Amino acid sequence: MRDYLYTVMTILWKDVLLETRSKDIIVSVLVFALLVIVVFNFAITPTPQTVTLIAPGVLWIAFLFGGVLGLNRSFALEKDGGNIHGLMMAPVGRDVIFFGKMLGNFLFMMVVELLIFPVFAVMYNFSLLMPGLIPIAVLTTLAVATVGTVFSAMAVNTRSREVMLPVLFFPVVVPAIVAAVEASASVIQGDASFTRWLPFLVVFDAIFLVVSPVLFQFVIEE
Amino acid sequence: MKKNDAKGLAIEVKGLRKAYGRTQVLRGMDLEVPWGQVLTILGPNGSGKTTLIKTLATLIRPDEGSVWVAGTDVRKRGNRARGFIGLVTHDPLLYDELTGYENLKFYARMFRLDSVEQRIETVTARMGMTDRLHQRAGTLSHGMKKRFSIARALLHDPLVLIMDEPESGLDQDALGLLENVIRDKSDPYRTVLMTTHNLERGIALSDRMAIISRGVISYEGKADSALAGEIRQRYSDLAGLSAGDGS
Repeated sequence: MRDYLYTVMTILWKDVLLETRSKDIIVSVLVFALLVIVVFNFAITPTPQTVTLIAPGVLWIAFLFGGVLGLNRSFALEKDGGNIHGLMMAPVGRDVIFFGKMLGNFLFMMVVELLIFPVFAVMYNFSLLMPGLIPIAVLTTLAVATVGTVFSAMAVNTRSREVMLPVLFFPVVVPAIVAAVEASASVIQGDASFTRWLPFLVVFDAIFLVVSPVLFQFVIEE
Repeated sequence: MKKNDAKGLAIEVKGLRKAYGRTQVLRGMDLEVPWGQVLTILGPNGSGKTTLIKTLATLIRPDEGSVWVAGTDVRKRGNRARGFIGLVTHDPLLYDELTGYENLKFYARMFRLDSVEQRIETVTARMGMTDRLHQRAGTLSHGMKKRFSIARALLHDPLVLIMDEPESGLDQDALGLLENVIRDKSDPYRTVLMTTHNLERGIALSDRMAIISRGVISYEGKADSALAGEIRQRYSDLAGLSAGDGS
């Protein structure tokens, strides 16, 4: 188990090091998510009556669509130059590669969410102190990263990978996003009933954390 | 991992078949490479050399047949088999944003090696790359990347070295270093399987030569300069037969 975690963390270390040099993923996702939030703010002109209905959807659309850009980039980096073969030559299971890549995607998306949320709170006039959003954000981002890692590995082998990833990925991850939007709306409205969505997100994550590594090995081997 | 961890032949392939869609690339290939030998595989473009290399290296799954590397079934125990294999491919398998040192350190960690600094120092010195160790891989020439790629493959001191056209992009100096790596007999069990289009170099470096054509081994024999004419003639005949057959 210690060796397993060590190798997973080695892949994560490599991805973090690459990202600190190129900043490809965080910058592209951050800019895209910011644009979505700003454009929706101008397009909808939120009022106190409508904002609690609209804002959670805007927030998760920004994270999800931005996340797709990051997921695409994450595996393109491995595909270009055939680096994925270098990873695959290590004497470890394919699931180790999956968890290493998934943790990197999760971490980068969480960083973007941490940066985006204050902007979102200011633009839509919400309090920054909404601790209820933390478990929702963590569980939903985990869902997006888990499912997205498998599909980005799949899409990277196709000719139009930028188009293929959302086409494959969105239908699968939609239940988690719906739960995240509903739970976030409850938190924003100050309603404690958001907790009823958390078990759903936990089960969603648990299922895909088991299924995705298995699928992943078939996806990356030709 | 050392020889006492491994059993049988260094490489043993039986009835290997692989197709991409409807295109049959490997059509029931058989191949045996004893420990300590250098085998060079010749073959025209599309004859299945790279597919064979990728299958041996566990990068692709065969459709049929058995593949054993260092006495390990690569289909059932791929993790263990990969510990025995050092792979050099057409691609350098280096991250452009990382330095040569960081790339090698990453792969050393993936193999959970000890004495990492010493190993990196040894393999880079062997490939004449010590002074480029802290340069970003993206700024290196193709030949320099190839040198690092060979250094990466040697990092865990593999028993079986599998190289797909390793000489491509190398200058004369680096070719000499590559030849030293291939001819190195310090480990009598070190086995090398390489592909090339250079018949003379193949004969000079190898114990045996094989020619792949139409997805099977069509010729196999001792690598002897006296046989160069025969091998060349066979290669020419087979190359004519199999052009455009597969990947």
